[in-house]
Amino acid sequence: MGESGVVETLGWAAQDKSGHLAPFKFTRRATGPHDVKMKVTYCGICHSDLHQIRNDWRGSVFPMVPGHEVVGVVKEVGSEVDDFKVGQLIGVGCMVHSCHSCESCDNGLEQFCPKVVWTYNSVDTDGTPTYGGYSGELVCNRKFVLRMPENLPPDAAAPLLCAGITVYSPMKHFGMTEKGKSFGLVGLGGLGHMAVKFAKAFGLKVTIFSTSPAKEKEARGILGADEFILSTDKEKMKAAEKTIDYIIDTVSAVHTLDDYLALLKTNGKIILVGVPESPLQLSPTSVIFGRRFVGGSLIGGVAETQEMLDFCGKNNITCMIEKIPMSYVNTAMERLQKNDVKYRFVIDIENTLTSE
Amino acid sequence: MGEAVGTNEVFGYAAKDKAGHLAPFKFTRRAAGPEDVTFKVLHCGVCHSDLHQIRNEWKNSKYPMVPGHEIIGTVTEVGSAVSKFKVGDTVGVGCMVHSCHQCDSCEKGSEQYCEKVVWSYNANYPDGTPTYGGYSTQMIADEKFVLRIPDNLPKDAAAPLLCAGITVWSPMQYFGMNVKGARFGLVGLGGLGHMAVQFAKAFGMHVTIFSTSPAKEKEARELLGADDFVVSKDEEAMKAKAKSIDFIIDTVAAKHSLDPYIAALTTNGKMCLVGMPPDSLEIMPAMLTSGRKLVAGSAIGGIKETQEMLDYCGEHNITCMIENLPLSECNTAMERLEKNDVKYRFVLDIEH
Repeated sequence: MGESGVVETLGWAAQDKSGHLAPFKFTRRATGPHDVKMKVTYCGICHSDLHQIRNDWRGSVFPMVPGHEVVGVVKEVGSEVDDFKVGQLIGVGCMVHSCHSCESCDNGLEQFCPKVVWTYNSVDTDGTPTYGGYSGELVCNRKFVLRMPENLPPDAAAPLLCAGITVYSPMKHFGMTEKGKSFGLVGLGGLGHMAVKFAKAFGLKVTIFSTSPAKEKEARGILGADEFILSTDKEKMKAAEKTIDYIIDTVSAVHTLDDYLALLKTNGKIILVGVPESPLQLSPTSVIFGRRFVGGSLIGGVAETQEMLDFCGKNNITCMIEKIPMSYVNTAMERLQKNDVKYRFVIDIENTLTSE
Repeated sequence: MGEAVGTNEVFGYAAKDKAGHLAPFKFTRRAAGPEDVTFKVLHCGVCHSDLHQIRNEWKNSKYPMVPGHEIIGTVTEVGSAVSKFKVGDTVGVGCMVHSCHQCDSCEKGSEQYCEKVVWSYNANYPDGTPTYGGYSTQMIADEKFVLRIPDNLPKDAAAPLLCAGITVWSPMQYFGMNVKGARFGLVGLGGLGHMAVQFAKAFGMHVTIFSTSPAKEKEARELLGADDFVVSKDEEAMKAKAKSIDFIIDTVAAKHSLDPYIAALTTNGKMCLVGMPPDSLEIMPAMLTSGRKLVAGSAIGGIKETQEMLDYCGEHNITCMIENLPLSECNTAMERLEKNDVKYRFVLDIEH
């Protein structure tokens, strides 16, 4: 990795925290012995991309090429790579490197490795900044390259690499897979709609809690939700108390945890995957009476991401997307801010990435 | 159970109103039925819940209130259908005296989560009869809620196991906070906390105590066997503990920030709240998501697990560190408890 020579690549980058994205030429490292070079065909737009181009999380380094739901085909493999072949359909998610010698890495939880390198807005082991999938090519260590199922449309599969794994991982880890149990989803967006799809695949009864009445028809008709409750409807929320076994909460805005804890049965669990920037209030009695808990989860490790992809391939699960040309990306960001998307934008890199 | 009022005149101490002053009180308990165990009360622990409830801090107090739910005594009479106990046995009753026995929680041995659970005091049986607790000379309870106290445990020092003990034992078992060699953290060294430390050491864990009282350190290390002691106001010391603890039990009943403790948890770390601060606490979601951590709560424990805990304590000679006071000094106990001036539980001597 990091041999002599670099390769010029075209991408779209934000130059400052205005977050305005525009064409940007930069270099990627040459394909090292353990690397896979990918020709990018599609890249999903994640809410994290929006946060980071605007420096919402205060760690942004510009210029920033976002994108960590990257799908494409193998263009070249390094000399030590024998598990990927040129032309193969592959994906790269949120991480491109970790130390492989800590407890987290040993347990397949690379996202918690103290030395994890994110796909963009991070610093690679050779000191260079990482640039993400809003670009024509990507070079990645084989340990972080995923096999995309051949039967899934690559554009609709791209958001699995972040949105998908971010809900799949806690659903598996916290046992939200028991057929017949009652599952609650808070916040129907990119992450949320995938949680619903997985929950139905696991045989769970699904109730969606949302602030948008407009989403109900599709939630029931297309996603297969069993119930849909407006979280502002106090009566319906009260009637739903103590009826749900587990909840995935995807909401990134500040909201009252106690309202959702009240929905849980005894021994119920709520897992946060959204990241509100301000603290949430928690009344201890909400967890003490009923022995409930609030947990958090962050994406997923590489092995479990592969497991999820294989599961999706087997069960024909993909994301509901709106495919857009590269030139639409700034508009997409504005719409994403208003949650005006069903349910993930995916950039058609292959056909529309140009320097205009 | 819960039949007509009996003729047993009982002497106890009760609060008449939310001023919370306890005074002598004569009352009659319900008649003992075929499934009931009647016992002469010898000792009763003073729980922080007693203090909260005599003062109506939880807004549901009914007066006159005879508190006390860490009750130990000697059986004087058993109903015709009682099979587990006989006259002369040393028994205890904790926080509950009745539940429905049909719901999921009851079936799983978690009667405390039953919708129809009846607490040992400040509650009512299904027929409306009020319950009176252990600051009294006699107790009557269905044998299903009576516990066997191991003979080798001192009866006074065993009393607080019935609430303080089980309140930490239960979540430590349920959430797997019992792994030999793991690192355990305890927040708040009081009645509950000192039991959590003793259990944690018995389970073979490394124990760090987080406390606001530097004065407690010497005893924490020497008597309780704590491995580390951190004063929570010491920001540097707290920072040094980041990502170093697998499990935390938080017993603190006052408002406090959870974030420094969540920061102390390792990846996949778990924290369980057992204290009940009246106000809500704040959590930064990123503190949980960035390490797949969780914050849980737990309330006392079911009957079966309370018996398991008592048997374990009998086998390992674990009891509580207590200060004995006569029943007549229960008001003094309350005043000192309010100031946390006790190591670590008052136990009222009812017998004498």
